[in-house]
Amino acid sequence: MRDDVVARIPGGDTGAIVAVLLVIYAAYVLAGVGLGFSLRGQLNTVATLTFFIGVFAMLSLALNLHWGYTGLFNIGIVGFMAVGIYVMALVSKPLYEAGGASQVGGLGLPIVVGMLAGMAAAALLGLVVALPALRLRADYLAIVTIAMSEIVRFSFLSGDFQQFQLFGERVGFGGGSGLILDYTDPIEAFFSVVGLWDAYLGVVDAFGVLIPTNPKPIVDGLVYGALLLGFVAAYFWLLKRTGESPFGRVLKAIREDEDVANSLGKNTNRFKIKAFMLGCALMGLAGVLWFMRSGAVTPNTFRPRITFFIWIALIIGGAGSNTGSVLGGAVFAALLYQGPRTLKNLIDAVLPSTNAPSGFGPAVAPLFSTLDPAPLLFYTLDSVRQLQLVFMGLVLIWLMHNRPEGMLGHRKETAAGIPLTAQRAQKRQAADGGGGDDE
Amino acid sequence: MGIAETYTRGRQAAVARPGSIILGLVVAVLLFDLGVGLATGDNSFSGVGSLMWDGLMRGLVIGLAGIGLSMTYSILNFANFAHGDYITAGAFSGWATTYVVAGLGRADIGALFLVGASGSVFGGTLGIGVTGTPLAVVAGALVAGGFTVALAVVIDRTVFKPIRDESGITLLITSIGVAFALRYIMQFVFSSSVRGTTAQPPSVSLYFVDGVVRINAHDIALVVVAGGLMLGVHLLLQLTTLGKAMRAMADNEDLAQITGIPTERVVRAVWIIGGGLTGVAGYMFVLWKGTLGFNDGWLLLLLIFAAVILGGIGSVYGAIVGGLAIGLTASMSVIWIPSAFSRAAAFFVMIVILLVKPEGIFSGRSTA
Repeated sequence: MRDDVVARIPGGDTGAIVAVLLVIYAAYVLAGVGLGFSLRGQLNTVATLTFFIGVFAMLSLALNLHWGYTGLFNIGIVGFMAVGIYVMALVSKPLYEAGGASQVGGLGLPIVVGMLAGMAAAALLGLVVALPALRLRADYLAIVTIAMSEIVRFSFLSGDFQQFQLFGERVGFGGGSGLILDYTDPIEAFFSVVGLWDAYLGVVDAFGVLIPTNPKPIVDGLVYGALLLGFVAAYFWLLKRTGESPFGRVLKAIREDEDVANSLGKNTNRFKIKAFMLGCALMGLAGVLWFMRSGAVTPNTFRPRITFFIWIALIIGGAGSNTGSVLGGAVFAALLYQGPRTLKNLIDAVLPSTNAPSGFGPAVAPLFSTLDPAPLLFYTLDSVRQLQLVFMGLVLIWLMHNRPEGMLGHRKETAAGIPLTAQRAQKRQAADGGGGDDE
Repeated sequence: MGIAETYTRGRQAAVARPGSIILGLVVAVLLFDLGVGLATGDNSFSGVGSLMWDGLMRGLVIGLAGIGLSMTYSILNFANFAHGDYITAGAFSGWATTYVVAGLGRADIGALFLVGASGSVFGGTLGIGVTGTPLAVVAGALVAGGFTVALAVVIDRTVFKPIRDESGITLLITSIGVAFALRYIMQFVFSSSVRGTTAQPPSVSLYFVDGVVRINAHDIALVVVAGGLMLGVHLLLQLTTLGKAMRAMADNEDLAQITGIPTERVVRAVWIIGGGLTGVAGYMFVLWKGTLGFNDGWLLLLLIFAAVILGGIGSVYGAIVGGLAIGLTASMSVIWIPSAFSRAAAFFVMIVILLVKPEGIFSGRSTA
């Protein structure tokens, strides 16, 4: 049924993605109107939303390569992201200077080199994990990968890697107090490389007509969001090509039945390792893109809950479908990640402003003594960041009970890279309810 | 048997299982290093003894909590990632009871129920401990076990039972959802603060070669409770038909059902036994270490997985032995590596075991 809906949207899968994005943005703009946001606030909301849609779509696409295509149960995603951004910082941070804000320096190489190094490091870590773990059952791989992601976090937390010497430079990962990302702003670096930095500053000035005071952060945010959507498109294209290639067909064969693939003469272990490393590199890059503009990173950001977010995004969208991955990332970012916070702001704007109780005790006590539910309500609103995780957990349970294939999972796939049927035959097939041709 | 024969056998073993040989060499090098350290005085005997005692205590907690995980893993065929949060739930329910029993009339009842959320009441001030407030501790441990049994059974009914026939991965993903929902509900109610729960327990200093090893009352309590419960589980599984039914189910569920074993009832029994042990383990863990936070169970869970896999999934004795091994690894690794990596070392041991002997030490002896 849902496939029919997708089939009827003009433009096919791309059309579906665009339609969902439009609905999401319209809802957020409406919410902004309700909150009485200025144009600046509205643009800020759009930029933040685009950012999260971008990163979650990228990460669920990368996870789709692991789980959807190859059937590798990786729940250590956040470890690969952490390695990506940390190695990128190590390579791209400026050289150490005594008396600077940062305790440690980097190698001072261009940001692009850092990004590539981050990807390579994540892929290497993937190789180290994959070599032993791929021989194991799926649930063992799960335990090994999540243990690996925690080992990565403890390693970055430890004082031993806080600073060390590399190629004669004082570098390090900053330990528990975090690492300041004091390289040139990536947007500036990007536009300087293409020689458009002055033009960009001109655009920012032109934006001053709309937003009189300090328009640069807003324009930066919007441009970065657009850049991320570009990366999503690139990921999508890469994974679609990979999935349709002979390589991708072997991956799907492994997912369905590894023994059969093996008996057909495919060295399944090698295919799995390659696919795992590619996915890990993409996760590393997504980690870089997520955190490179955040000013500083601390190891405790990289807790397993981020892995959990990405899994929910993929399951919402439907494992095995690239379109579904992007849709899942967008829906997750808009409804489950940013949604509750926006809803809280909306309710806050309506309700009279009061101080929320500091804990569950003071919040519940009035309910018993004077039957006053207001403090509990305020406390609930105030704790929206914790409760949204509860809600996500319940959504995950509900999905596994009622729709484990997600929005677009388990659609019929043509095994060939080219359309096998003529236009007319395809139409008839669609009318028969044969489903779309996703991959 | 001749020397040549021994040699041939040794060479065959080396070719067949190179991992085991390397692992043995690594262990030998580490032990040699420890011996050198002891001989030269870099490591003191008492220091190593204290670490070993600490590791044994940690191992008892891991082993006790691991029994439940191991049983559900083998009988229901999935890795339950919510198990860590069952531990936390047991700890919070039990400690709320202990606080209320110990502090009734001395502090605000709401603060006691919330285990002193955000510093409203302190366990140390109430003088909580095995010797100070024995009644409160016993009541707490009982409630921790009972509450976790109820929680495990209710979650099984509502969440796991409808998808019992799905694959292990589906159940695993679902259990991750359960884990997050439980953990953040607990954070919502009990706040995210890590609170001290006990007063300083009385302790004895045992003389050990060149110094002392301190053993306190809570260590003793942990040994008694964990040892007693482990013995109880052993007797239960050996002497009752339930144990036999569980072994049959772990082996082949369809066959067990055909032969008339009430599989759903066995599943419920597994959750009851496992939940009870898990809740008590959570309570004793907090009693032993003296602090309680909403992340405790989750942080322990990966060590428990390591123990269960090390011991062999489904084996109760494996869980206990694996727990002790992992606990000792986590505590004693600081002799060789920086303390920040002690947890990483335990995970590393698990990964090595998965490579060398993925079926575990007590392999093929499901639930016995």
